[in-house]
Amino acid sequence: MSFWSFLAHNRAQIAGLTLEHLWMVGLSTLFAVAAGIPLGILITRKPGLHKPVIATANIIQTIPSLALFGFLLPAPWIGERAGRLAVLALALYALLPLIRNTYAGIRGVDRAVVEAARGMGLTDWQLLYKVELPLAASVILAGIRVAVVISVGLATIAAAIGAGGLGELIFRGLAMVNNTVILAGAVPAALMALLADVLLGLLERWLAPPRAV
Amino acid sequence: MWGRAPSPVQAEPSPAGACRPNMDSNADPVIQYRDVSYHLPDRRPVLQSLNLQVCRGEIVVLLGRSGSGKTTALKLVNRLLEATGGEILIEGRSSCEWDLIRLRRHVGYAIQEVGLFPHYTVARNISLVPAIEDWPKERIEQRLSELLQLTGLGPEIASRFPHQLSGGQRQRVGVARALAADPPILLMDEPFGALDPLTRSDLQREFLGLQQKLRKTVLFVTHDLHEALLLGSRIALLEQGRLVACHSREEFLASSDPLVRKYVEAFATSLANSTPGGRA
Repeated sequence: MSFWSFLAHNRAQIAGLTLEHLWMVGLSTLFAVAAGIPLGILITRKPGLHKPVIATANIIQTIPSLALFGFLLPAPWIGERAGRLAVLALALYALLPLIRNTYAGIRGVDRAVVEAARGMGLTDWQLLYKVELPLAASVILAGIRVAVVISVGLATIAAAIGAGGLGELIFRGLAMVNNTVILAGAVPAALMALLADVLLGLLERWLAPPRAV
Repeated sequence: MWGRAPSPVQAEPSPAGACRPNMDSNADPVIQYRDVSYHLPDRRPVLQSLNLQVCRGEIVVLLGRSGSGKTTALKLVNRLLEATGGEILIEGRSSCEWDLIRLRRHVGYAIQEVGLFPHYTVARNISLVPAIEDWPKERIEQRLSELLQLTGLGPEIASRFPHQLSGGQRQRVGVARALAADPPILLMDEPFGALDPLTRSDLQREFLGLQQKLRKTVLFVTHDLHEALLLGSRIALLEQGRLVACHSREEFLASSDPLVRKYVEAFATSLANSTPGGRA
């Protein structure tokens, strides 16, 4: 059976798996953003925390993904459902680019601008959301973009622990030694990664501050 | 040195030798440095036992070379840096007793790099503090056009972004922003330092005109004696973290202090060299 006719025959299933994939990536990115951006901000305020936080995120990044899924298996509540487990693991992987880019983005704001803002009597909170975050937005978004692209690829491995997604087709194709089935999972996943990259790239350009002075 | 002033403080107890204006005895001190020191975390001293007063409506220039501690002295006033010794009284109250945010909104701040917010238009840059202070919209708009006019900017500038402005315009916006909430005190750290000579002299002249109208209490940092002589009611010379001399223009030029003489001579030489007759 050719690739295209396989797609046509199984379009409902492939669409379902794609949605599952998107759901995993979307939810995990949301969690990673919710944890990573505050952590990134925190380490700009408490320089002593910078090293330990970045080191921890780095270590998580170096754990092979299959092993990380395995490590999390015994965790209460999380381990009960493969989907939860996959989302947590993906969120952990996405943490590093988010923390690092938030930190770099805020630290990259022109020192004179920050000093002028402080001197004018902006509170820490006003400095953060009126000056630092808007000026760091495009760098932070670049981190989200990297995280999403990594997640789309990693999420295929989540099928190994039964979390579903497009990885299911890839693993099935591997078992059947059938390239068509592998491609039916791999091609939509690759397209998803590309699309996310392009769309977030556009958003990033739109958010970039006017040429810095 | 003279140590701390005897407390409690009612009638002007400033330590002997503190630099004070000599013109009128009933001058109202707005900023008073009392034996102020600042050292870095590694204990390297940047500023040592500074005693200085700035009275209402005068421009005191802190003059000195790079590393003399003049910018540090300035930043101690709005507590961008915290003094490690002595105290600074702002309008009679120790700077530490002021609420930090209130203090900073009470003291305008303009710096050489300007530090305009690149993501805000000129209008939003200038009206940020009034907006934060919840001024009514009409009052903000009125203040904005007033400030644009005061600083010699056309109304068409309001909608531009900082990167669309020339250096001189940016600096004007910086001054307008510092004046936005009408603070009685103004701190200026080489605000005209990065400009070309013609624009600089324009802005200096306009600033003097502005000061005639506004009568702010100004502490002005520069390394340029020409600028100091032009703008300063009094000139305080700092060297290696110590106040060497504090004089009015005439006193400064006539002073016999060796370091002051060096400054004046360097200045005179540069003047002589720049006029055709000065070259042999």
